[in-house]
Amino acid sequence: MNNMFFPLVCYLLLVLGIAVWGSRKSEKSGDADSFMKEYFIGGRSMGGLVLAMSIITAYTSASSFIGGPGVAYNAGLGWILLSMIQVPTAFLTLGVLGKRFAIISRRTNAVTITDFLRARYNSDTVVILSSAALLVFFMASMLAQFIGGARLFESITGYSYRTGLIIFGITVILYTTVGGFRAVVLTDLIQGFMMLIASFAVLFAVSKAGGGVAKIMDTLYKTDPALLTPYGAGNAIPLPYMLSFWVLVGFGILGLPQTTQKCLGFKNSRSLHRAMVIGTLAVGFPMLAMHLAGAMGRAVMPGIEIGDLAISTLTVKLMPPFWAGIFIAGPLAAIMSTIDSMLIMCSAAIVKDLYFHYAAKNDASRVTPASLRRMSFSVTAFIGIIVFFAAMQPPALLVWINLFAFGGLEAVFFCPILFGLYWRKANASGAVLSMLTGCAAFFFFTITKVSVCGTTAIVPSLSVSVIAFVLGSLFAKAEDETLLKNFDF
Amino acid sequence: MKHTDTGRILRRETAITLLLYLLFFAWWYITAYCTESDPSKYRYIFGFPRWFFLSCIAGYVGISALLWLCVKFFFTDVPFDGEDESDE
Repeated sequence: MNNMFFPLVCYLLLVLGIAVWGSRKSEKSGDADSFMKEYFIGGRSMGGLVLAMSIITAYTSASSFIGGPGVAYNAGLGWILLSMIQVPTAFLTLGVLGKRFAIISRRTNAVTITDFLRARYNSDTVVILSSAALLVFFMASMLAQFIGGARLFESITGYSYRTGLIIFGITVILYTTVGGFRAVVLTDLIQGFMMLIASFAVLFAVSKAGGGVAKIMDTLYKTDPALLTPYGAGNAIPLPYMLSFWVLVGFGILGLPQTTQKCLGFKNSRSLHRAMVIGTLAVGFPMLAMHLAGAMGRAVMPGIEIGDLAISTLTVKLMPPFWAGIFIAGPLAAIMSTIDSMLIMCSAAIVKDLYFHYAAKNDASRVTPASLRRMSFSVTAFIGIIVFFAAMQPPALLVWINLFAFGGLEAVFFCPILFGLYWRKANASGAVLSMLTGCAAFFFFTITKVSVCGTTAIVPSLSVSVIAFVLGSLFAKAEDETLLKNFDF
Repeated sequence: MKHTDTGRILRRETAITLLLYLLFFAWWYITAYCTESDPSKYRYIFGFPRWFFLSCIAGYVGISALLWLCVKFFFTDVPFDGEDESDE
């Protein structure tokens, strides 16, 4: 067991080292304004490869590396089909939002998604709702990622849950705090490659252990022919259910702040174009490989009862310990790279969207760069530490809220972002109405399990929020022309 | 003048993106749900059931290649800094 501990710790040290090395650049910054631009968005100087990796690693979390493959283990190839819905994530986000965001954020000096919404709707209610949704849902998601990572660490190395949490939790909080956005995207690059390599290695190990793909498929067929169908074992994935995921992890991701926010960091068109292609290649491969490894793992090692343990069990049993230690860094990388993106955005929500705008009246001369810097560091660290301690003794409420985080964020942000960019009549009334009703509807449909035509909660919720947005916008007058000018092309 | 040019480029690129997205959906749907339905009669490609190979593996590789071509030939560099013409 201890053999796996060493490569894992080496990997974490490597990540930490890269973050510190990469963030030297942010030492020298002028006024408070440029500090925030540097700390929260990397000075808008990011190239295609790093941002592509940052988008896909923020998106690819514990569920893609542990939860999803675990379901594929039980349901079969159908769940891989479901996971492939996510292949266009990067190019859809960048193709629909990328250039518009990049240009508008420069015109309006926007550093966060909330800045963008403030510029578009000029409404404190929108800003408060957006910041609140972001903080609550992100903290719940980070908690879930922390728990997932610590459990993974526990099941692999045999060390306690607490030890795992301390080791990787401190790493991610430390580098995010010290290095800001630049450290986030730089480490995401390494973590992204780690995910690619690890997913390939796991898939390779599984198919080799099973005697090749054809033999594995034959075994699966003999276990249960339904494992080879799109509908899954026991008809686990009926069509309306499957199609709902074209909303939740399909076009709905246009409303996910952790991926859309990255659009603000691009250096130029060329880097954005490259990110579209790289991001698509790099999100599809680990999805395909990990889910395939999960589904084929059923033939190689039947009888794993808890789906979430499928990937770690396969890794440990099929690989020599040293290599298992390295490749388990894949899921850990997926987890840490999701946490760092959310952590820096939570910090931006408090420092930039709330403190700087309301307390400092959006005036860079009112705060010294040094004090803002101190504040940003402490807020990032503080949020990280809160979530870290919450993960020691997970509070039921936050764990519960996490169930709503992914869809909730989409229900809140999808309409204001998309209509704000593409519809001139969109206004604050519509935005507030859609954020509130969308979120409420998502909670309602998830809790009551009321299903509209066999779909999951996100479908009726997003529909409700779209209707609310359109009605709200039509019944109130459009935003001011001078304000809209920034959004015209 | 410059603004309308940028506008036209952005609208075209949004349209291309959505078109690719629909294409991926159609391919994903048709290959998975409209080909074979009885597992005992499945045909296999490289050991994978044919529907799976087409929708999940070929679909992923195909859309990536198509996207690369579209970006290479139809996507245009636009300056992000309004007044600044250079893109570096």
